[in-house]
Amino acid sequence: MSIGHALLGLLEGGPRHGYDLKRAYDERFGHDRPLHYGQVYSTLSRLLKNGFVSEAGVEAGDGPERKRYAITDAGVTDVERWLGTPEKPEPYLQNTLYAKVVLALLSGRSATEVLDAQRSAHLATMRGLTRRKSDGDLADQLICDFALFHLEADLRWLELTAARLDELAEEIAK
Amino acid sequence: MSLLVAQDLHKSFGRTRALEGAGLTIRAGEIVAVMGPSGSGKSTLLHCLAGILPPDSGTVTYRDRELTTMSDSARSELRRTEFGFVFQFGQLVPELTCLENVALPLRLSGVKRRDAERAAREWMARLEVDAVADQRPGETSGGQGQRVAVARALVTGPKVVFADEPTGALDSLNGERVMHLLTTAARETGAAVVLVTHEPRVAAYSDREVVVRDGRSRDVEFVR
Repeated sequence: MSIGHALLGLLEGGPRHGYDLKRAYDERFGHDRPLHYGQVYSTLSRLLKNGFVSEAGVEAGDGPERKRYAITDAGVTDVERWLGTPEKPEPYLQNTLYAKVVLALLSGRSATEVLDAQRSAHLATMRGLTRRKSDGDLADQLICDFALFHLEADLRWLELTAARLDELAEEIAK
Repeated sequence: MSLLVAQDLHKSFGRTRALEGAGLTIRAGEIVAVMGPSGSGKSTLLHCLAGILPPDSGTVTYRDRELTTMSDSARSELRRTEFGFVFQFGQLVPELTCLENVALPLRLSGVKRRDAERAAREWMARLEVDAVADQRPGETSGGQGQRVAVARALVTGPKVVFADEPTGALDSLNGERVMHLLTTAARETGAAVVLVTHEPRVAAYSDREVVVRDGRSRDVEFVR
């Protein structure tokens, strides 16, 4: 999971300070693994250095001053590129895919396109495995079947999510 | 070369709109998976492509011949000579032996019994079901029955085979065997296959996929 891209995606909703970003991240994506503060600030300083975020003033409060960060045009382009690039098909990538779907919906982009690009990438890999299986011996067939069933599980999740996008869009808009 | 082209198909059943502007292109010899959730319109699309169902509007063109304006008898002949069909269930005639079932499309086209049955035996051997030639469909296993159906679909040397969930009633292993034999035979004979399926592992036998959602098809090849 690319924390940098997730934070950039969250910043597309408007400037936030680090603590606020961490809270938003944990609420949406960090159910099992909340971010450490150190991770948030080191990621933000890297994004700042790369020109993907800029400082957007300081929020005064009771405690220490809090810097606010805003996404830059280069940052938006980077999120676009990330959302538009299918994940390398491999098992257990649902967390990243789920985040992509949520961020696409949150930002008014097409979550259907994210899912379609992923389906296409998965099927391309599955075709390669099916060809290898057809030409191979039983060991090849079993090894390929193992991978095929795992990829199929991803795809079943994708189809289910595609069928429930409207429901999900309503849920995250709450 | 484009073999079969569907454009802007609309089809309703009563107030249910099954197709709303679906279209796709099938080239000679390619295997195309038509995917999509249940109720998305993929089977209706296949039935319109094959000339089984007339669309309410839109065109289906097979080798420059417009299916939607053809007479019923011309369309039936086209289906019998140029197309082959494999469905999920109930496509074999229960009173006939498996051999007679496979020979049936040739007999309907006027081929002599002996010649039709010789061709049928060759195809049954290719699909590894020659052992059940003299049995009736009810006496075979599900996997054997489906392979008999594939032999019947291919016996006339069709240019397009329409397969609607051909492995839907089979377990994984039998489904794999049917898909392997169907796609191998289609590639050897140069037949195109339009494969409707919701199973990704079945779709992985195709060359490319078209996704149908809410009655519209998304031809991934043209989007890329």
